[in-house]
Amino acid sequence: MSFQIKSPGEAYDVIIVGSGAGGGMASKILSEAGFSVAVVEAGGDFDPAKEEDRTQLRPPWESPRRGASTRNRPFGDFDAAIGGWDIDGEPYTRTEGTEFDWFRSRMVGGRTNHWGRISLRFGPNDFKRKSIDGLGDNWPIGYEDIKPYYDKVDQLIGVFGSKEGILNEPDGYFLPPPKPRLHELFIKKGADKMNVPVIPSRLSILTKPINNDRGACFFCNQCNRACQAYADFSSGTCLVKPAMKKGKVDLYTHAMVRKVTTDEKGLATGVSYISKVDMKEYKLKSRVVVLGASACESARIMLNSKSSNHPDGLGNGSGMVGRYLHDSTGSDRMGFIPDLLGRKKYNEDGVGGMHVYTPWWLDNSKLNFARGYHIEYWGGMSMPSYGFGFGMDTIRKYITDEFGKPSQNGGYGAGLKKDIRSYFGTMVGMSGRGESIPRYENYCEIDNNTVDKYGIPVLKFNYNWTDQEINQAKHMQDTFEEVLTNSGAVLMGEKAGPDSKYGLHAPGRIIHEVGTTRMGDNPNTSVLNSNCQAHECKNLFVVDGGPFVSQADKNPTWTILALAWRTSDFIVGEMKKKNI
Amino acid sequence: MNRRENLKLLFTGSLASGIFMTGCGPEAPKETLHAPTIGEGTKWGRTPEELAENAALQEDVFFTEDEMKKLNYLVDVIIPKDETSGSASEAGVPDFIEFIVKDMPYYKTPMRGGLMWLDTEAQDRYGKAYMEASEDERIKIIDDIAYPDQAKPEMARGVKFFNTLRNLTSTGFFTSPEGFKDLDYKGNTPNVWKGIPDEVMAEHGFKLEEKYLPIYMDPDTRHTLAQWDEEGNLIG
Repeated sequence: MSFQIKSPGEAYDVIIVGSGAGGGMASKILSEAGFSVAVVEAGGDFDPAKEEDRTQLRPPWESPRRGASTRNRPFGDFDAAIGGWDIDGEPYTRTEGTEFDWFRSRMVGGRTNHWGRISLRFGPNDFKRKSIDGLGDNWPIGYEDIKPYYDKVDQLIGVFGSKEGILNEPDGYFLPPPKPRLHELFIKKGADKMNVPVIPSRLSILTKPINNDRGACFFCNQCNRACQAYADFSSGTCLVKPAMKKGKVDLYTHAMVRKVTTDEKGLATGVSYISKVDMKEYKLKSRVVVLGASACESARIMLNSKSSNHPDGLGNGSGMVGRYLHDSTGSDRMGFIPDLLGRKKYNEDGVGGMHVYTPWWLDNSKLNFARGYHIEYWGGMSMPSYGFGFGMDTIRKYITDEFGKPSQNGGYGAGLKKDIRSYFGTMVGMSGRGESIPRYENYCEIDNNTVDKYGIPVLKFNYNWTDQEINQAKHMQDTFEEVLTNSGAVLMGEKAGPDSKYGLHAPGRIIHEVGTTRMGDNPNTSVLNSNCQAHECKNLFVVDGGPFVSQADKNPTWTILALAWRTSDFIVGEMKKKNI
Repeated sequence: MNRRENLKLLFTGSLASGIFMTGCGPEAPKETLHAPTIGEGTKWGRTPEELAENAALQEDVFFTEDEMKKLNYLVDVIIPKDETSGSASEAGVPDFIEFIVKDMPYYKTPMRGGLMWLDTEAQDRYGKAYMEASEDERIKIIDDIAYPDQAKPEMARGVKFFNTLRNLTSTGFFTSPEGFKDLDYKGNTPNVWKGIPDEVMAEHGFKLEEKYLPIYMDPDTRHTLAQWDEEGNLIG
C-alpha cells in the first residue's frame, strides 16, 4: 500500500464522491492510471471479511428481533446495508400529492452492499427507445459504445448466466449458472404453458473464481448480508479496497459532501465536506471532481454548488439537474404450492437470489403500455426469520393433512405446530420490475426551507406515476396470477386492483432511480455530454445512475459500472492530453 | 487490510485534509486535522447506535411478573411440546415476545390489553382471574377466540389478540434453535449446490432442460479460475 502525505491545500488529481458502484469503478480505473485519488464517503468503513462486520451465516436467534427490519435496516437486522428510506437527521421532503421514497446506504460500498446482484446488460433497443415508441429520448450513445465495457466488467467482476441469443438481452462473458431449485421448476412448468420464458438468471456471484483475491460462492443464499469470501459483487470488496491496496487512494469516511467548490472561471476546484465525527467543515482540492454519490445525492450536491458562474447550481444552466428522475416499476404476488406440503428437507439455499428469471418477452406495440418488465422469483426453504409462521389465521385453511382434509384457520396446539412444520418451504412469489417513462415533470429540487443535521439544504421530490406504469402493473398482476395458477399454486391474498394502482410500489421503492443528470448532445436539454462530462464544467463528471437517459427493464448496476469505466477512460485520456 | 493498516490509512487521510472552515464565527479560519476516532469492532456489524438501542431495549422491562406467567402458559397452549420438539416456553418465546413488544411498540397496548381481556372474560364467566380458572375453563375461553372464521362477533377483541399472540409465538418458536430442529432446517452453512436431489426430481416428475446440462455449474471444477475465449465462451 502506498501513502500520500499532503500538506493542507495540496491537491489530489481526482476527488470521487461516493464509494458505490460508480465511485468504486472510477477509483479503480483512475488510480490504476497513476492518478492520486480521494474517495469521499458519507458513511463508515465496512469490510465483511472482518469478523466484527460479519452478519453472514448467523441464525435468526443471534438477533434479538430474529432478523426483523429496523429503521436503518429496512431489509432486516442481518442486511449489510446501513441507512434505509428514513435516516435520522437526513430528511427529504415531497411536494403534496406526489410520492417518492429515497433509499440511501451510508457506508463504504454504498448500496452495492444491499442489492440483489442481478446484473443485466441493457440491450440495443434500451438506448433508442424514442425511435421505437416515440416516448422519452434516445441516449446519445448506443449498445455498441458500451459493449466493450460490459465485456470488461463481466470479466473483472464476474456474472453467471447462459448465452441465449436474445437481441435485447445481450449475452456476456458468463460463469456457469446454478441448477434451478424445486419451486423454480414449478414456476417454469406454469410459465411454459403460456409461453413466458424462464431462463437461468444473471447474477454477479462467483460460481467459479475469477482471480486470486476473491473466493467462490459457498451457497448460503445470503448475498444481502455481504460476503466474507468476496464471492459476490460489492463495490467496497471488489473495487475500492483493491484500488486502495494497489494505488494512491485515500479514503475519507463519515464525510458528507456539501458542495463542489469552483474557481472564478467556473471550473471545479475540489469539494467541501462536513465531517460527521466532529461536525466541522473541511475542504479538499483536486484537478477533477467525479460525483458518484447516487443519482439524487449527486444532483443535490450540484444544485447546492451555487456560485456567480453557476447561479442555479453547478452545471445547471439548462435547468435539467434533478429532472427526468425515474425509478423502475414494481409489483408483486405470492402463492402457495400444495404439492410441496411436507416436502423432503435438504439444503436448498443456493446463491443469494433466484436461479431463474423471466426477461421481457412481449411486443409493446400490441399492448397498452410502452415498456416492458422482467420477473424475479423467490420461495422455497429459505431460512426462517421474523415473520415466519405469521398469518395462520388466514392461510391455515390451505394446509391439508395426509388424507387431504383441510385445517381450520387459526387454532392452536400440536395440530397448529404440525401444520406450520408441513407448510415450511411451500411459498412462492414473483416480482415484476419494469421500465417507466422518464418525464421532465418528475424531478427533485432543493427544498430551501429544510436542512439536514449537517446544515445542508435537502432534496424535495415531485414524482407521479402515469397510466403507462399503471397499465404495466396491471399486466404484471394478470401475468402473475396466470403463472401461479398454471404452476399449481394457490393464490395468496387479494389481487391488487386499481385502488392500489395494481400493487405498483411508490417511486423510489425499487431503488433503481436514475436520470437526474442525464447525458445528451444538446446542452439545453441535458446536463452531461456522452462522456458523462458536465456541459458547463469540463472537469466535473458523474458516474452513478444520474447520466441515464432511460432506465431499461433491467437493474441499473451493470450499466453504472460499464459507464463509469468508460467515463474513467475518457478522464484518463483528457488528463493526459492536459485538456483538464 | 487489517485494523492497523486501516488506522494508518485514516491517519494519512487526516493529514491530507485541508482547512477547517469556521462557517459563521468571526475568528479567522484555523487549520485543524480531521482525525476521526475509530471505535473497536462491534458484534455482528452493529453500529454504535444500534448497540446502544438494543442494550436499552434489553434493559427496559415491559411485562409484569403476572403477565409473564400468563404468557408462559399461553405460548405453550399454542406451541406445546410434542414428539418432534420442545414447547414454546422451553424455546424462550416469552422473552422474545418481551423484546419484540419493546422493539415494535405498536404491540404494547394490544398485548397488555389482550392479556387483561382474558382476566375480565374469566371474571365474567367464572368469577375469578384467568390463571385462577381451571385448565378446562381456560381452554374454553381459548376455543372461543382461536378460530377466527367461527368465532362469535362479541369475541372479536379476543380473536384479534389471539391472532397476534399466535403470530408472535409461532415466529418466536420457529426462529429458535428448537424450532430449527422441529423444521429439520438444513441450510445456513457453507456447502455446494448440486441441484435438486434425484429422488425429489422423480417424486415431482421434473427433468432439467437438456440444453442447459452442459453449462450448469460443475462442483468438480468450481475452484478452477474462469477463462473465456474471445466470444465469451467459458473455456476454463
